[in-house]
Amino acid sequence: MKSKIAKISMAAIAVIGLSASVANADTLSDTKAQGYLKCGINSGLPGFASADSKGHWTGIDIEVCRAVAAAVLGDSTKVKFTSLNAKERFTALQSGEIDLLSRNTTWTETRDASLGLNFAGVNFYDGQGFMVHKSLGVKSAKELDGAAVCVQSGTTTELNLADYFRKNGMKYKLVAYDANDQVVKGYESGRCDVITSDSSQLYSLRIKLKNPSGSAVLPEIISKEPLGPVVRQGDDKWFNIVKWSYNAMVAAEEAGITSKNVDSMLKSNNPTVKRILGVEGKLGANLGLSKDFAYNIIKQVGNYGEVFDKTVGMNSPLKIKRGLNALWTKGGLQYSPPFR
Amino acid sequence: MFALLRDRKVRGILFQLLTVIGLVAFLWYIGTNTVHNIEQRGIQTGFGFLNGTAGFAINDTPIAYNETYTHGRVFLVGLLNTLIISFVVIILSSLLGLIIGVLRLSNNWLIAKLSSAYIDLFRNIPILLQILFWYNVVLATLPSPRKSIEFFGSIFINNRGFYVPKPALNSTTISMIVAVFLAIIIIFFLNRWSNKRHENTGEEFPVLLTGIGLIIGLPIIAYFIGGADMNPSYPVLKGFNFRGGKTFYPEFLALAFALTIYTATFIAEAVRSGIEAVSKGQKEAAASIGLSGYQALKLVVLPQAIRIAIPPTINQYLNIVKNSSLATAIGYPELVTVFAGTSLNQVGQAIEIISMTMLVYLVVSLAVSALLNWINFKMKIKER
Repeated sequence: MKSKIAKISMAAIAVIGLSASVANADTLSDTKAQGYLKCGINSGLPGFASADSKGHWTGIDIEVCRAVAAAVLGDSTKVKFTSLNAKERFTALQSGEIDLLSRNTTWTETRDASLGLNFAGVNFYDGQGFMVHKSLGVKSAKELDGAAVCVQSGTTTELNLADYFRKNGMKYKLVAYDANDQVVKGYESGRCDVITSDSSQLYSLRIKLKNPSGSAVLPEIISKEPLGPVVRQGDDKWFNIVKWSYNAMVAAEEAGITSKNVDSMLKSNNPTVKRILGVEGKLGANLGLSKDFAYNIIKQVGNYGEVFDKTVGMNSPLKIKRGLNALWTKGGLQYSPPFR
Repeated sequence: MFALLRDRKVRGILFQLLTVIGLVAFLWYIGTNTVHNIEQRGIQTGFGFLNGTAGFAINDTPIAYNETYTHGRVFLVGLLNTLIISFVVIILSSLLGLIIGVLRLSNNWLIAKLSSAYIDLFRNIPILLQILFWYNVVLATLPSPRKSIEFFGSIFINNRGFYVPKPALNSTTISMIVAVFLAIIIIFFLNRWSNKRHENTGEEFPVLLTGIGLIIGLPIIAYFIGGADMNPSYPVLKGFNFRGGKTFYPEFLALAFALTIYTATFIAEAVRSGIEAVSKGQKEAAASIGLSGYQALKLVVLPQAIRIAIPPTINQYLNIVKNSSLATAIGYPELVTVFAGTSLNQVGQAIEIISMTMLVYLVVSLAVSALLNWINFKMKIKER
């Protein structure tokens, strides 16, 4: 009798012990097996991630998801989007609910080092700014002493805000909300005088206001906000895939490859172009992908410049200038390590 | 072997043993798997983060706090705010619930119908929607600070909050606080004495009127004894906002209001069911010995009704504590908003932070229910 119980319990423990130690992540084969990419995005931020009336997502962060799907699965439409708020995003990635977080997330030391995450690049260089009601007559952030400030909670914005006011010896009243929509509502109803966020977001939030021309963005930029895609730590292969999917978009712009001319570029004599498009060499295979992974990205999603233009740039309602996001050859910071 | 299995007793023990083993193995599996995954992904663990600098501000803090304090302090601030909002709502909703519950049984048709309409309306709308509704209504209807609604030049209402003068803690205020406590103690003993006298001689003593007189009169006397100078700080419009005085923020007001009118409906129903459960004979008996309607309610019906109403009311108090966490939708800085929200996002240690938060709700709820169970035990009809 006793021995039987002992046997059963030993067996149960052994089975469970084994299954616990098998949990070794291989996101690439998991993604291939399920046939789609699980990507975490913002629930609504024009230019970065927003859904149209047909439920079709657009935005510069969305295109990063699509590029990775094109690279891994050969089809940029095979993405399952999960919209997340600022507080949920890291937990969703850590727990495996999503495999790629592309949600205007600032790259910081703490996040990189202690959250078990890796930042795979910077798809938008941003900085924090302020937007005020024009009727207040404020011209500079230095005049904001004593103001009530609306902010989305759980963001680096909240920390920069505290630093900036402390540095300048000013006081403020914090009004922090979970969701961006409530931030806008609070600002519109006059709960706060100022709204602070990454300056690109301020422009997109301003479009959402009932009276956009009644508000002005102040000239001060108070922080560095490099926004980029994030993956879990511990799966270097997947980390590389996301990194180089993004690099492929930047490299394509550098080499002058666009979604329109990519097919004719296949016949190019330029060795760089040949390597990027997989005509020569085996760069894709080293990543565990097909050799035409960059071709798929450029063909289906476009190069970095094209994506920037149609989502946040001059061909979009936001009309943000390239600025820091221009290629390094044009005085900006976007730079891809060589495809070699 | 199988013969043994047919023995009922042995079989029972076997199955219980198997269940326990299965449960332990399951928990052990979850535990080790979590630890393994956390280690593999390089996520920080432990409670060291509580000593790290928080770096963010909180708008409504009952104790000293600024962005240079630690996450441990954030936890305390959040916890205190949770307790404050729960306490305020428990008191207000009990009073409102008691009144509405009694009014619903009123003989006046209009009052009875209005009370039941109120209950039906607010009980059946999800509480989160009500919080958002009241919050946005408050913000939309109140004016901006420069156009504040003003009373006596010292009380201001606008969409940034409700501003009142705040007395300084000096000899006047301290003696007034002491006077209030003194009044309460005197009323307690006066009530005892008058009950005893009533039992012995049948003479009534106007305890209620004397009580009101004491609670108003003593602090007024204390005000003059203490130096007649409260030296309050008045709210003054400076730049964008009012400074000085005491501020009640719109988030707090909207949350307290929404939770109160929501929970009061349930308490009113508990009170009503308690009253209706007291048999009609009791009321008739009260009338037959010459008690008035009010006296019958106060002396005969309510004491019995309250016994029946206490258990469901305990449940509502527990719900208040738990529902206060919905404040996260409108940004009132209670525990879930600042600690399980903002702090969690800054340090990313979900398991530690969420466990601490859950533990707090568990402890607070168990404490509330223990306290009320004790009251319930004391109030029980003593069988003789």
